[in-house]
Amino acid sequence: MNPIAIRVEGLGKQYRIGAMPTGYRTLRDSLVSGLKKLGSGELRRERETIWALRDISFELLQGQVLGIIGRNGAGKSTLLKLLSRVTEPTEGYAEIHGRVGSLLEVGTGFHPELTGRENIFLNGAILGMKRVEIEAKFDEIVDFAEVRKFIDTPVKRYSSGMYLRLAFAVAAHLEPEILVVDEVLAVGDAEFQQKCLGKMSDVAKEGRTVLFVSHNMSAILRLTQETLVLDKGQIVLRAPTPEAVDFYMTSNMSRSGEHIWDETADGQDSPFQPCALRVLDHQGRIADRVASTEGCTVEFEYELNKPLTGLRVGLYVNSSRGESVFTSFDTDDPARYEQFTERAAGRYISRCTIPADLMNGGTFVLGVNASSFQIQSYFTDEHVMTFTVDATGAPGSQWAETRRGPVRPALAWEIVESPR
Amino acid sequence: MAREAALRETEEPPVTIIKPSHGWRSINLGELWRYRELIYFLVWRDVKVRYKQTLLGAAWAILKPFLSMVIFSVIFAGLAKLDTDGAPPPIFYYAGLLPWVLFQDGVTKAGTSLVAGSNLITKVYFPRLSIPLASVVAGVVDFGLAFLVLIGMMVYYGVRPTAALWTLPLFLLLALVTALGVGLWLSALNVSYRDIGYITPFLMQAWLYASPVVYSTSIIPSGLARVAFGLNPMAGVVQGFRWAILGGSPPPAGLFALSVGVSILLLISGVLYFRRTERTFADVV
Repeated sequence: MNPIAIRVEGLGKQYRIGAMPTGYRTLRDSLVSGLKKLGSGELRRERETIWALRDISFELLQGQVLGIIGRNGAGKSTLLKLLSRVTEPTEGYAEIHGRVGSLLEVGTGFHPELTGRENIFLNGAILGMKRVEIEAKFDEIVDFAEVRKFIDTPVKRYSSGMYLRLAFAVAAHLEPEILVVDEVLAVGDAEFQQKCLGKMSDVAKEGRTVLFVSHNMSAILRLTQETLVLDKGQIVLRAPTPEAVDFYMTSNMSRSGEHIWDETADGQDSPFQPCALRVLDHQGRIADRVASTEGCTVEFEYELNKPLTGLRVGLYVNSSRGESVFTSFDTDDPARYEQFTERAAGRYISRCTIPADLMNGGTFVLGVNASSFQIQSYFTDEHVMTFTVDATGAPGSQWAETRRGPVRPALAWEIVESPR
Repeated sequence: MAREAALRETEEPPVTIIKPSHGWRSINLGELWRYRELIYFLVWRDVKVRYKQTLLGAAWAILKPFLSMVIFSVIFAGLAKLDTDGAPPPIFYYAGLLPWVLFQDGVTKAGTSLVAGSNLITKVYFPRLSIPLASVVAGVVDFGLAFLVLIGMMVYYGVRPTAALWTLPLFLLLALVTALGVGLWLSALNVSYRDIGYITPFLMQAWLYASPVVYSTSIIPSGLARVAFGLNPMAGVVQGFRWAILGGSPPPAGLFALSVGVSILLLISGVLYFRRTERTFADVV
């Protein structure tokens, strides 16, 4: 039985909404509000508050790798900040056995004017490494980041890829007993991301205790055995990772084949109001389960409160593991884009057909987005609802096996005799 | 050997308790000491970065007090005919400006240090005190460079160092302590109130004229006015510094003790206020 690495009991963090991350008070504001309170006789500060995290309790044994997933604002980052002591909890208690290395961002403390070599030392020290440790690992870090040629160049002259590689390399060579990681894999090109992921799984295999927050479900699935699902500041599930990911990807989402937005919901002043998203089977009936061999139609109904220029409305289709399957917009066709350069105010339906013999069997997550490219995003929700595809009769059904991948297209194969 | 020791130090897993804290907190010098390497690197960064991408580079460390000295010599000694206690005006002003610039730079840099380092504060834990501390200490390098010019001026004007020269580090330390005390107050306030950024230049200007940089202490009438004057620790620093370089009559012991007392009070209150507010830095900054 491994000893305990982290024990958390009833941890909670409350934020004052007025003092939330953005915006700061000026002295005058404080004086004015102080005087007002004096005048009205209420001396105690009564501000609207929000619990970013509440009643969090869990234990983690040494050598365990725990994933943490949840929507934006679920409290993941707050939890990591509390555990890495960046900020203090409002209530509760946590006990941590061992040095904590936190990686809430890559390149923390990098100074653009300093050279790569200098930044390795500075960043290492900020992340809690001793100088001798950094010296011992210096070559390894430089090789991992592939920046040896530029090591004495100020990092402001680096390409963004080089910068991120160096930043990750320093962080990845931290050797605390407990590592707290937030989304660092979302850096660099695909190749480097693979390298980072590899490095992270090495770390996990070395028997280090790791807390790993990510939106990347395949990374979570690959790196962790167990996962916490957070929602609205609370732990809703702790389960083996595949189960937790499945729960997270499909929970709180309509499964009925239709999702209706509340008209009185927030965003009244937004020019774009979502109304409904529906999945229809080949006969036009609302369905949560469609046959892969028949295809289906997805329609998104919405209202524009004012004319919008360059609007595109589209779908995100993700697998239940969080991998993107495809993204498609209603004005992808250049001719249609020309036709709808400006969309007048009114109620619309954007409808598309997902052809037969394309999707593999399984559960998929539908998301929607409405935006003017590089101008403004009016509405986005990546997890609106799920629908299930039944692969009965799909290409290759004569073999009773599970086909890999989210799609299972009917491709035109040809079998010919080689002329050789 | 050193490396083995350092590695051994990391092997015993420390237990950290995380819970809400209330009220005043101790200074926790032990933790600050454990993070001494980080403080060293922060100082080193401040020093390295200070004059990056400037044409004249570190020459600015000398030019800042030197140009002020020239202006003061022309205006205050040349035109206004202010008394310089019989010393050549350039060396009189320069000797007063050195500790003043150290103080002013320290306060100004420390005051904005937390906000400038907000990306660190919101992402990594370390004793927050190390940020303003490093800003103040980094000024010593500039001071050292400017001091070389002072030595040159002493030779040029034929100023014989007296035994009082050995007290110089004491005044230097007093300037640093005062700068840190004020810097801690300003930096912690600046996290919540960005007004500090606008107030600091005026504060420094007023403080300059409240300190005997452009004039000699001898023009302050003795009695209550002299005591009020002594409440400003920089009055003791500047006067003492000048005395250590140029000799003459030493600063009155009582006045100097008052300066030291006020300076220590500033430091302690600054640290306490800083420690009390630092738990919300990451949320507010």
